[in-house]
Amino acid sequence: MTITTETGRYGRFGGRYVPEVLVPALTRLEETARLLLGDPGFLTDYEAELATWVGRPTALTRAARLGEAWGGDLWLKREDLAHTGAHKINNAIGQALLAREMGAQRVIAETGAGQHGVATAAACARLGLDCTVYMGSVDIERQAPNVERMHILGAKVEPVTSGDATLRAAINEALRDWVTRPETTYYLLGSAVGPHPYPWLVRELQSVIGREARQQMLDRSGRLPDAAVACVGGGSNAIGLFHPLLDDPIELIGVEAGGTSPELGRNAATIGRGSPGVLHGSFSFLLQDEHGQIQETHSVSAGLDYPGVGPEHAWLAETGRVSYESATDDEALTALYELGRHEGILPALESSHALVGARRWLAEHPGSSVLVGLSGRGDKDIDILRGLAR
Amino acid sequence: MSSRLAGADALESRLRAPGTAIVPYLTGGYPSLAVFGEALSALSGSEAVEIGIPFSDPMADGATIQESSRVALEAGASLDSILTTVQALGRVGTELIIMSYLNPLMAFGYADLLSRLAETGVSALVVPDLPLEESGELGAVSREHGIGLVQLVSPVTSQERLEVLGKASEGFTYAVTMTGTTGGTIGGGEEVTGYLDRVRAASRPPVLAGFGVRTVEQVRALGPHCDGVIVGSALVEVIAAGEDPVEFVAGLKP
Ligand SMILES: Cc1ncc(COP(=O)(O)O)c(C=O)c1O
Repeated sequence: MTITTETGRYGRFGGRYVPEVLVPALTRLEETARLLLGDPGFLTDYEAELATWVGRPTALTRAARLGEAWGGDLWLKREDLAHTGAHKINNAIGQALLAREMGAQRVIAETGAGQHGVATAAACARLGLDCTVYMGSVDIERQAPNVERMHILGAKVEPVTSGDATLRAAINEALRDWVTRPETTYYLLGSAVGPHPYPWLVRELQSVIGREARQQMLDRSGRLPDAAVACVGGGSNAIGLFHPLLDDPIELIGVEAGGTSPELGRNAATIGRGSPGVLHGSFSFLLQDEHGQIQETHSVSAGLDYPGVGPEHAWLAETGRVSYESATDDEALTALYELGRHEGILPALESSHALVGARRWLAEHPGSSVLVGLSGRGDKDIDILRGLAR
Repeated sequence: MSSRLAGADALESRLRAPGTAIVPYLTGGYPSLAVFGEALSALSGSEAVEIGIPFSDPMADGATIQESSRVALEAGASLDSILTTVQALGRVGTELIIMSYLNPLMAFGYADLLSRLAETGVSALVVPDLPLEESGELGAVSREHGIGLVQLVSPVTSQERLEVLGKASEGFTYAVTMTGTTGGTIGGGEEVTGYLDRVRAASRPPVLAGFGVRTVEQVRALGPHCDGVIVGSALVEVIAAGEDPVEFVAGLKP
């Protein structure tokens, strides 16, 4: 399977649709990233950070009790055990190292659930970089513990009240900041979205998930799983898990946020319910109206509450290599409690969507094995869960 | 190359006339389609008027145009209804420039869009999130209809790239005065004028300077280094305050 990344295209998707003022910065980033991701010295530094600071490799856990309840062999790739509690740190530390190499004076980032914000704040603290995180005011409220964590780690959190005041508005605001200071600021984008080279760069930095999981499955069970499932917001944890498995005979399933209903505005199932268009610098699927205006989204999980999706996923959907489905808020919540009570693991609301996909897979293929990318832990969701339990 | 496009050529010769052209920018459909139509017709004595198509996610815009876009969309404006409003005015006697983010144009469909723009008498198209490398398809369809696809350049554009963009641009070259969003603050003196001189030297079509132009002093300072200026956020603020856009634009003439 060949994937075009030289031009930032995945089939017809991807590209670099940005104001002219950002073109030099993106070109510089692309050149530097290509150079450094092939540089043994840089990779040694990156891998050392992953091993001694992030805590990689993360565990592969066999979920025996929940697997039995769901009728098959269930394996969890535990990104919730990575430092700061989600896969986001793999990308954040990698890009922060790049930012330092490029001599950036400050780093900016957007965040939805706050996990990417916390990961970026942590990576910047570790490397002594100035850090500002844009976060929608709606998300600041629903993911309050992560806002505190960012403050403690020394980052500035800029509330965004424009637009829908969630992840999409935070990206707009981060882009406006970058347009204003393109030469001194490094934009540390948190998912496999945005203009080239980000979808490629983020995928490269997240592919450690799939590489480790593949080897761990072989070591532990002597074979590859029949299926692998991940949740898809922008798509970084999913592409990180899937990319190293693309050439294997494994069913790959991405699970989007089904929200409360299939109606436009009530979910964030971008591939399932969207159409092609350009948002935030790349051509991919979008939730939009017939005039090309981007629509509001809904998901109980802030990290999946986004009307776009990474261009490589759009392409993998179009070629049929990966199938994409959605899980509703309620289904995700049920799966969250089931994992908690059977395995003693509290997953993030985002990751709980992937569990729904695994449960469905096992219901349709009893006795088979499925690998779940458990992208993060659910401590940040305690307030939401407490509110819903009432 | 870009020679012999009926619409773009007419715009180019209009902008080449002596003096500094003051090109008003209006957010289409703001504050309503009717008031927008009146403002456009009142401003039709200008060499050209730029009409912004409101978009839900205007990443190159500052607070003023974000807000005018939001209000226009809430009032029901769309590319289609804005063009209908413009067409209803008949011949307006000013060159029309459409500014839009790419997604509303894609949703309309390039072929339908360009015939509709040609019918409406539009001379040029400005797409702030479409750099040259991505503009092949839209540029080709525009050219078939004689409509120019404008290239934007910025103070951080390299000399080498400036030469390429200045040759490729059609209708005019849009010299963004600063790194920043619309409505921001322009740096002073040599830095801006030296940059505009470089753009002008590299550009085949006339050069319009835009982003942050709001006073006659600025127009006086920039005027000798470009063919005209685009006045956006400042004019939208005037309209928001219910004041007379024609008087404001007249006051900017050096
Ligand atoms: C735990 C977790 N999983 C998944 C996501 C979704 O992002 P992506 O689709 O880029 O993996 C987020 C985003 O905030 C997250 O925090």
